[in-house]
Amino acid sequence: MSAIDEVQAVETSWTTGRVIEKSLPTPHTVRLRMHVEARLRHRPGQHYLVRLRAPDDYTAQRSYSIASDDDDPLVELLVERLPDGEVSEFLADVVEVGDELEMRGPIGRWFTWDVRTPALCLVGGTGVVPAVSMLRTARRLGRSDLLRVVAVGRDPGMLPYADELGRAGAQLAYTRVDTDTRPAGAPTAAEITPLLPGVDLAYVCGSARFAAYAESLLLDCGVSPQAIRVERFGPTG
Amino acid sequence: MPVTRGFVGRRRGQERRLPPGQYDTGGSWPVLTAEATPRIDTEKWSLTVDGLVERPTTWSWEEIHALPDSSYFGDIHCVTTWSKFDVSFRGVSVDELLAAAGPLPEAAFVLAHSSTGYTTNLPMSDVVDGKAWVVWDYGGKPLPREHGGPARLLVPHLYFWKSAKWVSRLELMAADRPGFWEQNGYHDRGDPWLEQRYQGD
Repeated sequence: MSAIDEVQAVETSWTTGRVIEKSLPTPHTVRLRMHVEARLRHRPGQHYLVRLRAPDDYTAQRSYSIASDDDDPLVELLVERLPDGEVSEFLADVVEVGDELEMRGPIGRWFTWDVRTPALCLVGGTGVVPAVSMLRTARRLGRSDLLRVVAVGRDPGMLPYADELGRAGAQLAYTRVDTDTRPAGAPTAAEITPLLPGVDLAYVCGSARFAAYAESLLLDCGVSPQAIRVERFGPTG
Repeated sequence: MPVTRGFVGRRRGQERRLPPGQYDTGGSWPVLTAEATPRIDTEKWSLTVDGLVERPTTWSWEEIHALPDSSYFGDIHCVTTWSKFDVSFRGVSVDELLAAAGPLPEAAFVLAHSSTGYTTNLPMSDVVDGKAWVVWDYGGKPLPREHGGPARLLVPHLYFWKSAKWVSRLELMAADRPGFWEQNGYHDRGDPWLEQRYQGD
């Protein structure tokens, strides 16, 4: 039994979240740490809905992955500020510490990790967020050995949580800059294959373009399609 | 609930066309799937209607194209809050498939299966009388693989997770059986106009 088994799937309803901390860790992201009223426990990989309400009762809602561990007193969300993003621009530009937002969660029971199954996360851009939650939870439960993370970004300044991921042992792959350990470029089969022995589940999270690349790469490395769980986001053509 | 400080929202004017909580995604069509996108050869493709039917029936790619053509032009709504207006799909009406297979009187629910193992459940009443299709053509072109090609289920009056991509089998059942997302916290029926997104809605 893992302590995460105590987190039961339950029906969710709307509640209020108060912004306790806000920061802009990279040029295109906003990090919000929220106190959530009547908060329910969550598993790493789940997400919350955030809903904004205008004076005429018009609403806009989006879902955002949770970065925090269930044990954290606050719920941490990291949101990519999309051009013309009705909700993300508001969260990045208008929201201040102390504001209250409508929230609902945790949502999702598929893209979650049980902190028992040996797993690989192949994540890109703000798709690193669920992997951060998985790493934090694994560390608390003393099961960091179960999780391997490959995080992909354009460059160190654009990859959210790059420092934390690096400290937690994740492999960081930058597509646009060379580092001491690897040339610029997307991760290759030669980099992924050594991470696969013993891995039973692969989590892919990122933009549709990233997810398509990551899925093909894992299939090329011999991962069974049934062992791949995918979370995609962002607009596509 | 109280107004969000400073929020006025920006999209207006399509309210009557947009179900509650949805926004118009315009020209884009977001891809949302939980699994790896399969590669399916139409030579090997087939669709089966079985379960509580008089004549379990399987169609090849060629055979299903010989059935009467049926189209949908209208809007689609995804539970992740995007809606897309004025899309056109072409394929065959589920009514046509059911007429061939002959549902037994006790058939009250359908479980749609995809070749990936994905499933979604629907009451029979949501797939009959011109409300559901199996489609292979989008906007006059073959349905792209990432959007469920070669063929997907189309049930546009419900949230789009009910429109199973890569559909391979419609299983008629007497009792409801939750599908993939329905077991994973989503609503059993998924009517966008009633905002039936998640369990408890």
